Amino acid sequence: MGLEITTTKLEDLANWGRKFSFFTYPFITACCGMEFMSVAAPKYDIARFGAEFPRFSPRQSDLMMVVGTITEKQAPALKRVYDQLAEPKYVIAFGVCASTGGFYQNYSVVPGIDQIIPVDVYIPGCPPRPEQVLDGIILLQKKVGEGRTVNQMRARREAMKDKQRQSEGV
Amino acid sequence: MSKAVLDALKSKFGDAILETSSKNTDESVTVAVDKLIEVCTFLRDDEKMAFDSPVFLTCIDRLGLPVMEHRFELAVQLRSFTKRHRIRVKVPMEEGKLKVPTLSGLWAGFNWLERETYDMYGVEFEGHPDLRRIYLYDEFKGHPLRKDFPKDLRFPLARREWADE
Amino acid sequence: MSELKTLILGRKNVDDPDDTGGMPNDLMTVNMGPSHPAMHGTIRIELTIDGERVVEADINPGYLHRGFEKESEAATYTQVFPYTDRLNYVSPMINNVGWAMAVEKLMGIDELPPRLQYIRVMVSEISRITDHLTCVGASAMELGAFAPFLFLVKVREWLYELLEELSGARLTHSYVRVGGVAKDLSPKFCAKITDILDRMEPVLDEAKGLLNSNKIFYDRMAGVGSFTEDDAIAYGLSGPCLRACGVDYDVRKDFPYLNYGDLEFDVPVGTSGDCLDRYLVRLEEMRQSSLILRQCIAQIPEGPVMVDDPRCVMPEKGETYNTIEGMIRHFKHIVDGIRVEPGEAYTFVEGGNGELGFFIVADGTGRPWKAYCRAPSFSNLQTVTKTISGRLISDIVPIFGMINMIGGECDK
Ligand code: SF4
Repeated sequence: MGLEITTTKLEDLANWGRKFSFFTYPFITACCGMEFMSVAAPKYDIARFGAEFPRFSPRQSDLMMVVGTITEKQAPALKRVYDQLAEPKYVIAFGVCASTGGFYQNYSVVPGIDQIIPVDVYIPGCPPRPEQVLDGIILLQKKVGEGRTVNQMRARREAMKDKQRQSEGV
Repeated sequence: MSKAVLDALKSKFGDAILETSSKNTDESVTVAVDKLIEVCTFLRDDEKMAFDSPVFLTCIDRLGLPVMEHRFELAVQLRSFTKRHRIRVKVPMEEGKLKVPTLSGLWAGFNWLERETYDMYGVEFEGHPDLRRIYLYDEFKGHPLRKDFPKDLRFPLARREWADE
Repeated sequence: MSELKTLILGRKNVDDPDDTGGMPNDLMTVNMGPSHPAMHGTIRIELTIDGERVVEADINPGYLHRGFEKESEAATYTQVFPYTDRLNYVSPMINNVGWAMAVEKLMGIDELPPRLQYIRVMVSEISRITDHLTCVGASAMELGAFAPFLFLVKVREWLYELLEELSGARLTHSYVRVGGVAKDLSPKFCAKITDILDRMEPVLDEAKGLLNSNKIFYDRMAGVGSFTEDDAIAYGLSGPCLRACGVDYDVRKDFPYLNYGDLEFDVPVGTSGDCLDRYLVRLEEMRQSSLILRQCIAQIPEGPVMVDDPRCVMPEKGETYNTIEGMIRHFKHIVDGIRVEPGEAYTFVEGGNGELGFFIVADGTGRPWKAYCRAPSFSNLQTVTKTISGRLISDIVPIFGMINMIGGECDK
């Protein structure tokens, strides 16, 4: 019992740290990228939220921002990059194209990246205003702090299963 | 100003020129497939024509239009930097025989444009150095800009398994 | 692991093919992209390299193919405007204007009210400035000069805010309509744009000073990616890249549309067609655009901003709500779209990257039968296959930066 409390507290602490130090991997494909530039540039300054430093290697980052339309041709690359992200990993779908395909409903566009990878926060807008993006990041921070992102929940579930197996003495 | 081009073509090639039009200030000329290279070589090399630069190349699919003599038609737009004129060369094509000699030998810029037209409409350019899909991927079946291709028919390459959540 | 080693070390002695220093001796294939940090725009290049030298490059666009043509075939002429915004998303207004002009040509509308022409010229030029700012800024950043990027994006932000005030959206404006523009200029537009231009010019000077005296930037740009005039013409290059090769061709001058014929501006031309020239041409074009804008502000007359043509003008709100004819017209306008006579037309304008054209085939209904976009980026990009072979891998970055390939436009 005691041990369990300490581990949850420890995890809370870790989550608190995680939520203020996102390392972003911007997966920029399309028009939304212009707004991403604006978010990163001085006026809106994503640095205030501890997520300013884009890492261009997925292995060094934990937050993937999918910025722009994902086409069927691009989909395998997206999946591959997601698989390479460091755990725990979070995904933001930036713009309606990434969220649902937007107003491109045709042979070439993936109807939302959640067809390919799990998403934690969707930011609507075509393109979203920088303020919306900042709001999305705050939302994700909240989610990470509470340990409710897809990846964290899966990790917890697996840990629980492990423990169960151990207690059953297998 | 490009009227002179049409006249020159008509007097030089006679019957090979199926039709000319200069509606909407766009001069266009329709030629038969087998005369395409000849006409284009003339357009490029003749001093009065001097069409030195490609503008675009695409195909028109008329399936479903009330008047449809030929289902497909190739449209090639050329421009001349020295003479400052432009012309559109059109080539009617029959369905099932979508074969046109390549123009990439005459103007290097047509290389990719022909690949694009092949990708979107399935027009085969004979003699093209590298006729592959350019926008889509090999797993894609069909040519999306044909009118009988459904708008949202997808050939997904990657999808996630939903089971584990 | 062996692959990695080859990449870094390459062949030890190129003259003596047998002396490989224990390394494998053959050419290697490396994949660059589609998501690569040093390239704005998604593209994949399969490089065949010999050490650091590119032997052959197979460029694979299409990672942003969103089916512009298929989508427009299903949309009415007015509904296509948002799609054109997203073609070249760095200069959306120019695309809007190009599309509107193509439809107007098909409908036979040639006389536009003077105020409308001025407005269209002004928004196009603002868009051209944002395009070049982004191109120069992003390329500089990719070559390691971060400060100019921040300066230039700051200016772009001012312009975006101005356009937002005008159209309601920061980036995807959809401001132009067939036969006019959505609404008249906002009240203080002219004063604000003068103010922005006054503030912009020093920033441009500053950025130019920073970049031109930056040895790394200069060395990586000069002499890289040069193209001869004849090749450029045969490849159908256009825009700043063509002018950098020394061809004096600008649609605004050679085939004047709107009221460009009445405005005074110069067309900057380079000499060698390398990346440095392309960059300098772009810088100068921004200045010329700002000159054009100032002239427009001084000359802009009062008047209507829509043509007086019932085919493309929506009825007044009062008429729509109070008369049955107005109601029907409004309904038809929205549901069926603007009716355009059957025929085909090609119009072209000077886009951010070159000759941007729309080729429309109309069948007499309210939706285009075919809407083809002549994308300048696509033709420009094709030349890269030629310019990078034989050069170092690191040269790919400036070459791509200066071609300014915009995914949305290139892949449509
Ligand atoms: S959401 Fe809109 S702005 Fe963003 S990528 Fe899609 S079309 Fe472009």
